[in-house]
Amino acid sequence: MDYSQFLMMPQEIGLLAVFLLVFLYDTFMPRTTQRALPLVTVVLFGVYMTWAFLPPSMGKCFGDMFEANNATWAMKNILNIGVFIVLLQSVKWTNDDFVSVRRGEFYELILLTLLGMFLMVSARHFLLFVIGLETASLPLAALAAFEKRYYESREAAAKYVMTAVFSSAILLMGLSLVYGACGTLYFSNLSFGVTATGGVNWMLIVALAFVMAGVGFKISLVPFHLWTADVYQGAPTAVTSYLSVISKGSAAFAFMVILVQVFGSLYQEVWQWMLYALIVLTITVGNLFAMRQRNLKRFLAFSSVSQAGYVMLGVIAANEVGMASMMYYILVYIFSNLAAFGVVMAIENHCGKVTIDDYNGLFKTNPWLAFTMMLAMFSLGGIPPFAGFFSKFFIFVGAASTGSVAIYVLVFIALVNTIISLYYYLLVVKAMFIRQEECAIDRFRSHWTERLAMVICVAGIIFVGLASCIYTSLTKLVEESPNLFLMI
Amino acid sequence: MITNTVLVLVLPFVMFLFLGLAGVKMPRKTAGVIGVVGMLITTVLAYWVAIDYFMHHPGHEQISAEVDWLNFTPKLVARMGVLIDPISAMMLVVISTVSLMVHLYSLGYMCDHHGHAEKGFQRYYSFLALFTFSMLGLVVATNIFQMFIFFEMVGLSSYLLIGFYYSLPAANHANKKAFIVTRLADLFFLLGIMILTFSTGTFDFKELVGLGDMAASQRAAGTMDGLTFLGIPAVGWALVFIFIGGAGKSAMYPLHIWLPDAMEGPTPVSALIHAATMVVAGVFLIARMFPLYVLAPMAMNVVAVVGAFTAFYAAAVACVQSDIKRALAFSTISQIAFMMTSLAVSADGGQLVGGHEAGLGYMASMFHLFTHAMFKALLFLCAGAIIHAVHSNENDKMHGLHKFMPITSIAFLIGCLAIAGIPPFAGFFSKDEILVACYERGLGWGLWMSMVAGMTAFYMFRIYYLIFFWKKHEVHTEHEPSDQPWTMTLPLIILASISCVAGFLPFGKFVTYNGEVLETHMNWTVAGSSVGIALVGIALATWLYFKENPKPERMKNAMSGLWEAAYRRFYMDELYQFITHKIIFQGICKPIAWFDRIFIDGFFNKLADLTGNASFAIRRVQGGNAQSYVFVYLLGALLLAAVTGVVILMI
Repeated sequence: MDYSQFLMMPQEIGLLAVFLLVFLYDTFMPRTTQRALPLVTVVLFGVYMTWAFLPPSMGKCFGDMFEANNATWAMKNILNIGVFIVLLQSVKWTNDDFVSVRRGEFYELILLTLLGMFLMVSARHFLLFVIGLETASLPLAALAAFEKRYYESREAAAKYVMTAVFSSAILLMGLSLVYGACGTLYFSNLSFGVTATGGVNWMLIVALAFVMAGVGFKISLVPFHLWTADVYQGAPTAVTSYLSVISKGSAAFAFMVILVQVFGSLYQEVWQWMLYALIVLTITVGNLFAMRQRNLKRFLAFSSVSQAGYVMLGVIAANEVGMASMMYYILVYIFSNLAAFGVVMAIENHCGKVTIDDYNGLFKTNPWLAFTMMLAMFSLGGIPPFAGFFSKFFIFVGAASTGSVAIYVLVFIALVNTIISLYYYLLVVKAMFIRQEECAIDRFRSHWTERLAMVICVAGIIFVGLASCIYTSLTKLVEESPNLFLMI
Repeated sequence: MITNTVLVLVLPFVMFLFLGLAGVKMPRKTAGVIGVVGMLITTVLAYWVAIDYFMHHPGHEQISAEVDWLNFTPKLVARMGVLIDPISAMMLVVISTVSLMVHLYSLGYMCDHHGHAEKGFQRYYSFLALFTFSMLGLVVATNIFQMFIFFEMVGLSSYLLIGFYYSLPAANHANKKAFIVTRLADLFFLLGIMILTFSTGTFDFKELVGLGDMAASQRAAGTMDGLTFLGIPAVGWALVFIFIGGAGKSAMYPLHIWLPDAMEGPTPVSALIHAATMVVAGVFLIARMFPLYVLAPMAMNVVAVVGAFTAFYAAAVACVQSDIKRALAFSTISQIAFMMTSLAVSADGGQLVGGHEAGLGYMASMFHLFTHAMFKALLFLCAGAIIHAVHSNENDKMHGLHKFMPITSIAFLIGCLAIAGIPPFAGFFSKDEILVACYERGLGWGLWMSMVAGMTAFYMFRIYYLIFFWKKHEVHTEHEPSDQPWTMTLPLIILASISCVAGFLPFGKFVTYNGEVLETHMNWTVAGSSVGIALVGIALATWLYFKENPKPERMKNAMSGLWEAAYRRFYMDELYQFITHKIIFQGICKPIAWFDRIFIDGFFNKLADLTGNASFAIRRVQGGNAQSYVFVYLLGALLLAAVTGVVILMI
């Protein structure tokens, strides 16, 4: 075997090394040093994250099952940034009394799922893709049940396992149909295989719908999203924030690769129409549900459903601009959503309050937290000059770059939904700044790691939009990646 | 040089963030001192850039560096960068000098009479830094888009500083007025930019106008050949709209109404923003686009007529004001109008006038901008010292202050002599060249502006005498007025010294429309007559106002109608009030509001109801029952396949 193939996957190997070190630390270091484990993980991961920014290696390996190029490199780095923030946010929580005995597992599972996501991003064969997907799915159930003393946490895990297994089954069903029709599972061969079937047929349409359902489950597209709210609400907040951005982002990228490469030529119009319907449903239904929520974690769950619809606007474009704007959207979404979750987590850790009404008068007692939350809401709502505005702008540009009238209509629908979404994002701001409350959350100082994470997020919200070089370089990276859109 | 220029920009911005965010944590005075030190470094760097530029680039080429910011289309790209050429280098010096003086002065001014810093001292300094940043950014902008952004930002910081005493209703009204009027003007500016860039396809000053590059301007204007609207070429419209934007900031008639009210802000702010820097942004804008204006005679004539009329109008109003800051404000308007006129008279019918001294008006205008910034800042800072001493803006609370505040009195006198155009003070040289340029365009222009110059001398000395002489001072407050602490006196002395010597700068060597050296010659006829008319103005003022006498009162009664009209600024505010309230609000806004309420709001309320109801109706789907989740999931997947299949395959 040619071991030099491993050089194609430096990011995966680095991540694995971090995982092993954390695992060894957890297993063999004396009990007294265990309190330092979270920080050790953060530092190790930080070092690895910086190192992973080294110029990418390009090429295919393992019988062309795995591909590394500029776009996957950038996507993995974006995910790394998000995971780093999540790790930083959870330092305090994992040192809590009830959780601390299992704190090692939290970090190990997070790192392992990330590895799975990396495989999804780079997979060019459905077998590897499914392995990655499952690696990224099953440990999340364990993570959702992490606060097992709480009924909600256990319930969340149970629901997650049940629906995840079901969606895997559907996905595998779809894949076996694909295999049945084309006789291969390689993306590159499939694109020819699909064309060779001669025309659009029922078998592949069903396969396509099932693949969409399977991956749509991870991205929580409507109607495959129903698990989202319960799991987000019940799972520990650190896990929720991980689920809402990282897991979603990686699945969206992999989704786009599958759609354009496997179903690129003959079926492009078919999947675009399917996705069209899903996007309209996702954005609208997500918004309609988000409006009614009083629990902030549930609220953010539906907001993330709706945001996933916007991410899909980049996918439906099926070109380089769409992919770059999708990645940019995910990056900005990471900062905005993690800022919101950071505040929720800090307050939850302090006093356990999670409903919007609890936030009444927060500005009076904790102005910085309120300010961070406000920026997060503004960015999620797409108010200029924050990053969320630019990401929405570019994703609309990406979708519109197809030039089709139907997609202009879609962009218009998305725009109207942006206005609706402003309503509920501003509800939170209103609660914090305008509503008066006698017994508002008392003044407190959050843990320094939580504050650092929030500072990173706020800096991201403010600067990622204004620094146009980020979007430009993402576009360039995608354009320079070979084999991404070859099949079209 | 580019690095230093960027530093000049970054430093005030950092000060803004630092003082704005961390200011509340430190003692008030400390914040002020940090602000002053930061500004001092900025000033040193700005001087360094300017000296470096004028020493090492005798050809006065444009030096720039920029990065792409927003790619609208492959052709139309908004960039951010810095551009150093003669006028921006000069403006760096002007802005940083005046800003430094104001920073220092405010240490003393923004205190109560026990010497304790006022509430909001840190906020004040952070806003000053923001303003300085915006103004510096404006002058080094490489393209018209960037300039517009900074144009808005100076407007914003001006708004914040006028309303610094936000608990006073007058300050709130004044800052709203300033913001609305200048925003309205900026709207036209934006329209102008759109028209201009739509045809030329570029924002870039280098491509649009270069440094007096008539060929480039010819090309840019050429892209609009044949485009007309109402019989006027598109380039004319674009430039007139851009001028309206400049006129808003530079308080040209009839958009001047915000400036007198802006005097509600702290006096050092008036000195910095509403006398020396922001209000000349309009002049700077026209100077930047000068070659294009030359090619559009219609636009140039608009500038000239507006400028000449405003100069006279504001001078007339300044003659009767009793509030010294307002009198100075109208004097500022009049002087800026001088600069505008001077720019505009240097071209006629698409050609530069003046033979081998072509572009004299341009040079004179920039020269006057430079000297005026110094002596007008001086006058405002003196006024601030006086107001600080007697706690009033009205000149009947002052009178006879010369004995109590000798340094301030002398500094004010120097300012008056400079603005009146008495040699060897700075104003003489610049104003003289403006008048020469006007006479070269035509006798009528020259005579008109000479008359205004005479009025300038009269009203300035009227103020001077009413403040410092007229009669013995009656002490109204618990303290006797006196010269102020050194932080306030030192800027006066520095600015007064500059006003004495700045006129001897060989300005034509440094700043001309095309970067080539312009040798100027003293035109003794014009110089002599303008000094003569200034002396007549001063003599008249001395005769009327030096000592208490009934002549002014008698004159006022004799011409009571005219006096009243001038005192009320020829009813411009009332006219605006009438037009906005009676015509626009009643005739236009009310019907629109009705339509908005019934149809627009109605539509959206229905939409909101619909959304709310839909949200309520579908809530059952999310029942918390995992079996139903799986069921919906499966149903969704099957429906997706079925509907797509039916649509694609069957239809």
